[in-house]
Amino acid sequence: MADFLNETALFWPLAIPLATAALCAALWSLPRWQRGANLVGLGLTLAASLVLLNAVMSDGIQVKQFGGWAPPFGISFVADQFSAAMVVISSILALAAGVFATADLRRRQERSGFYPLFNGLMVGVNGAFLTGDIFNLYVWFEVMLITTLGLITLDRTRAQLDGAIKYAVLNLFSTILFLMAIGLLYGVTGTLNMADLAIVLPQAQGSVALTVAAMMFLLAFGIKAGFFPMFFWLPASYHTASIIVSAVFAGLLTKVGVYACFRVFTLLFEVEDGGIRPLVAFFAAGTMVFGVFGAAIQWDVRRILSFHIISQIGYIMLGLAIATPLALAGAVFYIIHHIVVKANLFFVAGAIHRATGTYDLRKAGGLMKSSPLLAVLFLIPALSLAGIPPLSGFWAKFMVIDASFRGDAAWLGAVALFVGLLTVFSMSKIWIEAFWKDSPRKTARVRSVPAGMLAPIAALCAITLVIGFNPEPLVAFSHLAADTMADQAQFIAAVFNERQIAGVQP
Amino acid sequence: MSLVYAFAIAAQMGCGVYLLLSRHVVRILLGVVLLSAATNLLIFVAGGLVFTAPPVIAQGTQMLGGEAANPLPQALILTAIVIGFALVAFAAALVLKAYRAMGSVFTSEQTDAEALGTPFDAEVARNG
Repeated sequence: MADFLNETALFWPLAIPLATAALCAALWSLPRWQRGANLVGLGLTLAASLVLLNAVMSDGIQVKQFGGWAPPFGISFVADQFSAAMVVISSILALAAGVFATADLRRRQERSGFYPLFNGLMVGVNGAFLTGDIFNLYVWFEVMLITTLGLITLDRTRAQLDGAIKYAVLNLFSTILFLMAIGLLYGVTGTLNMADLAIVLPQAQGSVALTVAAMMFLLAFGIKAGFFPMFFWLPASYHTASIIVSAVFAGLLTKVGVYACFRVFTLLFEVEDGGIRPLVAFFAAGTMVFGVFGAAIQWDVRRILSFHIISQIGYIMLGLAIATPLALAGAVFYIIHHIVVKANLFFVAGAIHRATGTYDLRKAGGLMKSSPLLAVLFLIPALSLAGIPPLSGFWAKFMVIDASFRGDAAWLGAVALFVGLLTVFSMSKIWIEAFWKDSPRKTARVRSVPAGMLAPIAALCAITLVIGFNPEPLVAFSHLAADTMADQAQFIAAVFNERQIAGVQP
Repeated sequence: MSLVYAFAIAAQMGCGVYLLLSRHVVRILLGVVLLSAATNLLIFVAGGLVFTAPPVIAQGTQMLGGEAANPLPQALILTAIVIGFALVAFAAALVLKAYRAMGSVFTSEQTDAEALGTPFDAEVARNG
């Protein structure tokens, strides 16, 4: 049984959410059954992702050729430390969201197909993390896109329809760019398997088509990830969605774009040459600064947090801009920390809305007296996001900023420190307005926050605290993941050795 | 031959981008359609476009003949067409629903998302 699980470890994080989505769709008229199936499915996905991480940690990079076609002809699925960790952390977040949904979702939203769409989104996210084929990555991006469009218009309010149009057009444009880049890359190299591309591309002569393809990849993933000049769709749409949908989007979607960026620009294209590095550095600095400035003016909790997603993406891109092993490790650490903290802040925003009936900070207030537990639970992710020691955000920021000072990019480090200060400003704004000040309404009727909301928030807070007080294992893991990510030979060897193990004729 | 295709793709992309910049939502949608169609052509050209036999394995043989076309770009384009069709169909439904809800097809008048939780309107109300 254990052998069987290890053999098929790559299969389950995709198969379980897919089966759950199908089951939930089949149980369309029975929302209560869907809820149960959803929770069981998410729990099993988390277990499967832990098995996968365990397999990767003990046996190295895991590879499967779906359909049994030998690489580079078939579609490979690859899990190295980085992608396995991403699958684990997104499964944790998905389970937290599933629990949160039991308390937050209204009957109407369940009827609109939240559960099948949510599990479909998880299939797309896990698929994007695990695939080793560039065209297959495009397919997973489209799976994510169509399910997110369904989720964003869950309530079909006017604001959601409006936000969804903006989201749809800019993301469709991004996937079209991605597809064009794939077409050009295929024209030059004649292959789509990422490991095979990593062999062929260094031998290929530099050409206009390759440079254009690299730039298009950067633009396409940049739109997905919310880089500085291309992030406009994000604050235009995220705040319209139902809060649980916003939380999942905030935690996962932009990070898939970042993950794809890291994968393509460490494995296929070198960041060093072709002028990509100064461009990424410029994007990173702009993303950090403009994200945090955008947040400073806002009064709606969801809008503040949406702009902070962008700002934090800049920190992660800082790791890619410097591209030393230390910086990549910092970026891996940052992504893992950020997924937990950012989604948690959105969950807290949902709890604030439940307690006070509003997302507008000017109308909220008095939460410190009425629900002190929620105040503590907000403070942990908020201070972590701002990078106050000893929480996880401090170590994450410390690693990337340390790397930027050592990697001859002191100005990026300075920008990062300055943006950290402004992040404290935004977080203390939420704290003062929603928690500290008295409620502006005369007859403040504060509703209690149900345990189904507090439990996932507390669990994610616990993860933040554990990372914060004991960062050493995760730092070591990040270094290992970054080394594996930067070592193309290891990736190539893993993908091509699988052919002998599988007994398929080369 | 490739040059002719290149110009055709360029013209189509140009039209697509032009439509994408419009304020009319349906035009934007058509722009996306044109762009994705041009992308499919681009994959064809990038994959090496030649007049050859269709990539069908003849009866009794194990492999494609030497003069057969490369089947992979065709498979890629088929996938892209299917996905693109689904997304465009959804987007068209979205545009129709948005038009019915907001009563306008112009992006300058579809401002509901921007109005939700805006930091400005309340200030105006407070000052005025």
